Amino acid sequence: MDILMQVSSGFFLLIGSFLCLTGGLGILRFPDFYTRMHAVGVTDTLATAMILIGLILYNPDFMVDVKLMVILLMTIFISPTASHALANAARYDELSIQKDSKSDSELTSSNL
Amino acid sequence: MLIAATLAILVVMMMAIIRAFVGPTTYDRVLAVNMFGTKTVLLISLLGFVMGRPEFLDIAIVYALINFISVIGVLRYSNRFVIKHSEQSKK
Amino acid sequence: MVVAFAIVRMKDLLAVVMLLGIYSLLSASFFVAMDAVDVAFTEASVGAGISTLLMLVVISMTGRSEQPSRHKPLLALAVVTVTGSLLIYATLDMPYFGSAEAPIHQHVAPRYINASMQEIGVPNIVTSVLASYRAFDTFGEVVVIFTAGMGVLALLSVVRRSDSTLNNDIFDHSMHEQHLILRIVTKMMIPYILLFAFYVQFHGDFGPGGGFQAGVIFAAAIFLYTMLFGMSTARRVINQSFIQMLAATGVLLYGSVGVVSLLNGKEFFDYSALSADPIAGQHLGILLIELGVGITVASVMIIIFFNFVGRRNNPLRKENQGF
Repeated sequence: MDILMQVSSGFFLLIGSFLCLTGGLGILRFPDFYTRMHAVGVTDTLATAMILIGLILYNPDFMVDVKLMVILLMTIFISPTASHALANAARYDELSIQKDSKSDSELTSSNL
Repeated sequence: MLIAATLAILVVMMMAIIRAFVGPTTYDRVLAVNMFGTKTVLLISLLGFVMGRPEFLDIAIVYALINFISVIGVLRYSNRFVIKHSEQSKK
Repeated sequence: MVVAFAIVRMKDLLAVVMLLGIYSLLSASFFVAMDAVDVAFTEASVGAGISTLLMLVVISMTGRSEQPSRHKPLLALAVVTVTGSLLIYATLDMPYFGSAEAPIHQHVAPRYINASMQEIGVPNIVTSVLASYRAFDTFGEVVVIFTAGMGVLALLSVVRRSDSTLNNDIFDHSMHEQHLILRIVTKMMIPYILLFAFYVQFHGDFGPGGGFQAGVIFAAAIFLYTMLFGMSTARRVINQSFIQMLAATGVLLYGSVGVVSLLNGKEFFDYSALSADPIAGQHLGILLIELGVGITVASVMIIIFFNFVGRRNNPLRKENQGF
């Protein structure tokens, strides 16, 4: 039982850090604001959830678990809301989508 | 395993700082700061476990809240991109 | 260091504010790495939260770019370089960072560290030093915070006219549809943030926390409400004169604990005079003064924020005449 929890905790931590690194790579390499927002918004919440679950399984002590659950619940509510707010503000300011020459030609800003 | 995760998060924070410097529009910078904030929450939690002092989790909770409030504040009080309503004119 | 350099060189003030947020956050991480938990707590909440918000409000009033400087400050650069190098040279002679034989660790600190558990019975040494051994210094800090609030009130107090609320109501009502998601989520989150502020306040004896951090978190929850729901709604929830009275009450609470100790025959701020058992007296004294600190810090922050934002939304300003 103990070794199972250690292994699963390590597994979740590994997935979490991989997602985190992917998000970081995305924010550097994507061409446009909206695509970067997509990378960050998705991987941020998921990586946080995975790493926190890994930490919960690492050393099951009740008080520490309660606090980690609180952080997890708060992040699940807060992080998508912040991404929504940012994207909404960018949309109202009519930040233009960069036309990529390799993708389809109908992906223009007037289409949304 | 904890130390590997901590190093991964430190690398991602470096990437976010680079984007915060470079990013052509201001939205990129706000996005990078938001990401930096959530990664800091994770970093503080992991450091708390690595150093064996789980009292750091209180700081992590506070920082998650403060990050959210700061991003909303930036969006609300910047004249160029206000969370605005449709009919009012942009200044 | 890189972040500080970038802060100085960039002209766009909004980016500067965000970089300042990152900077204070990095400082908080350093404090965490050095195992100083309470300091990291205060730095994270005050530096990254409240300072950033207040500076954002100010920037929204003054404009986004820095004025170009009129002259090259070469003389100032030379003075700073010379002084800095002298200081670095002086620090080479000091004992190593954190070594046990440093003279700063010899006089008072061993007594605090060794005797704190017997004399006061509170596990968190930072709280016991701050609230009991050095209560007089903390009293000075609280009075300084109160004075800052009074200064802001004296300088920036908004002239409120009865017809200004009409404009603000229209403004707020049309905000409703656009950020519905934000409003709903924050309405759910705010009670828990306030509850967390109370937790930090009363848990300061056992973990990181205490009055200052709790006041800041409480004020942050109110800021969130004000930002999303508009100034007039927030004014209806939190009356301006009530907050001013609360700020004064906090300082009064703190001072009266000391006076009660005086009246019971002991020294100023000697908590063992508060109850029959000295340890219980210490606990009661620490509880009351942390409460006073928390109340004052929260009210002063709210006063400062309301005055800044009220100044910004003031219909007497020329740019707001379009509403």
